[in-house]
Amino acid sequence: MIGLEHYLTVAATLFVIGIFGLFVNRKNVIILLMSIELMLLAVNINLVAFSSFLGDLVGQVFTLFVLTVAAAEAAIGLAILVCFFRTRGTIAVEDVNVMKG
Amino acid sequence: MIQADLTIILPEILLSLYAIGALLGAVYTSKDKLGPLLVWLTAGVFVALAAWIGFSGAGTNVAFGGMFVDDAFSRFAKVAILLASAAVLMMSQEYMYRKGLLRFEYPVLVALSVVGMMVMVSAGDLMTLYMGLELQSLALYVVASLRRDSARSTEAGLKYFVLGALSSGLLLYGASLTYGFAGTTLFSGIIQTAVEGDVSIGLLFGLVFIIAGLAFKVSAVPFHMWTPDVYEGSPTPVTAFFATAPKIAAMGLFARVLHDAFGSLGSDGALIVDWSPIIALLSLVSMFLGAFAAIGQTNIKRLMAFSSIAHMGYALMGLAAGTVLGVQAMLVYMAIYVTMNIGTFAFILSMEKDGQAVTDIASLNQYAKREPGKALAMLVLLFSMAGVPPMVGFFGKLYVLRAAYDAGLAWLAIAGVIASVIGAYYYLRIVYYMYFGEEQDEALDTNKSPVLWVFLMGSAAIMVLGLVNLFGVEGAAAAAAATLVN
Repeated sequence: MIGLEHYLTVAATLFVIGIFGLFVNRKNVIILLMSIELMLLAVNINLVAFSSFLGDLVGQVFTLFVLTVAAAEAAIGLAILVCFFRTRGTIAVEDVNVMKG
Repeated sequence: MIQADLTIILPEILLSLYAIGALLGAVYTSKDKLGPLLVWLTAGVFVALAAWIGFSGAGTNVAFGGMFVDDAFSRFAKVAILLASAAVLMMSQEYMYRKGLLRFEYPVLVALSVVGMMVMVSAGDLMTLYMGLELQSLALYVVASLRRDSARSTEAGLKYFVLGALSSGLLLYGASLTYGFAGTTLFSGIIQTAVEGDVSIGLLFGLVFIIAGLAFKVSAVPFHMWTPDVYEGSPTPVTAFFATAPKIAAMGLFARVLHDAFGSLGSDGALIVDWSPIIALLSLVSMFLGAFAAIGQTNIKRLMAFSSIAHMGYALMGLAAGTVLGVQAMLVYMAIYVTMNIGTFAFILSMEKDGQAVTDIASLNQYAKREPGKALAMLVLLFSMAGVPPMVGFFGKLYVLRAAYDAGLAWLAIAGVIASVIGAYYYLRIVYYMYFGEEQDEALDTNKSPVLWVFLMGSAAIMVLGLVNLFGVEGAAAAAAATLVN
């Protein structure tokens, strides 16, 4: 029997993978965008699992909002990345370093 | 029913419609040539909306089953947000026009992010909170990288985007846990669960994640690392915008979530005992890091970034108190902080050498000899930011310190005084450069922009004249705080 805690464990694992993808990754900005998507999808699993467990539809409505926003966020992220690539000619994370910090 | 709901969010709807109309209108007509006009028009719309919200609103109105709240607190924050955004738009028009940056999208994006901020401070539900926050953030990411051909600006936009998305992810994960363990996304429902003594470890995890996500947005230490780079890389008018309106919105949202969803109902302390130490710690480290890290800066925009981190530390101190006085102190502090920052950025916008923007502090050497009036205004503003007594900034600090002391956080208040003394060093260093610095050959241009002059002088005058009665902000903030904390 697959219970609520299994879904929560999967979601938590995916979320942590997403965070590590942001911090450990030194190669490519695209991977950062993918990690962000992964975090948001982990949240969606959480919300749908809770929604089903509680018998309450609000969680699924929330999920739809999150999906929509995630799409908009990816669009803006890629647009900024294209501008960055045009000025610098690279998308390696190590090269995002004109300013220290 | 729906009619009443729509009436309550009419200001937000009208502003969204205005933004859409302006976008379509500009696309189908003369595009960027409309830029200057749109900037003034948008600023006018902001001021009109602020007057409308400020004078007509009354009582507490709830729309859409509690998802959207219009009360004295949200009205206070909205008026401050709208006026600050209008001031920044008016200041930026000339600078951006000369630099060829004034695309017509700029005022439209600012208007959309202001809609997001207004929704944020009115949120009564985790979904409203998230949608408002994202609308604000997505518009700000684009504005940060407005100078598309500059490596710095696009890098600032990229860094802001990645870290902002991370913080939204953290906040959202906290929201999902809160939903799961409280069984509802409504703030009123969450607090009900807490009051019934049903505070599970899952709910606390949710609270911590939400606090972490919001701390990113107000750039509190240890979630501050994006601030200096984004402030330095963005075009200066955009930096001025970042330092003002979004900060009020994020602090307003912070206060609303903590008190409406995780505050206390009735006499028992509920969850305040759980989050107050976290906020106190954020406040402590923000004040000290802001004070120490700013010392070595030579770029005035980076310095302002650390200054804003330190100021957020003081505002969080009011929040950490968890009392009516604490929220009132936070609101007064934010109002003063924004006024000071508008004046300071009006000065930074006027720093130019041979038509090129200069941000090096050393270029201010002997500035007082050439432009005594502006140097004096800047001196007043810097003294006010440092918290030197006769200026209004001192009273802002006094307020939060008293709130923290009354709430039994005496150690935090003492630490705040120490951090303020350390922080005074770098503000006074700029004054030193202006009045006693070394003589240098290449002087800054004498900038004759009347708009910047008016904002600089106006802001400095408020810092001196405001000590009579703070222009009534105190009473409005008290009313706002009383409706929020119950």
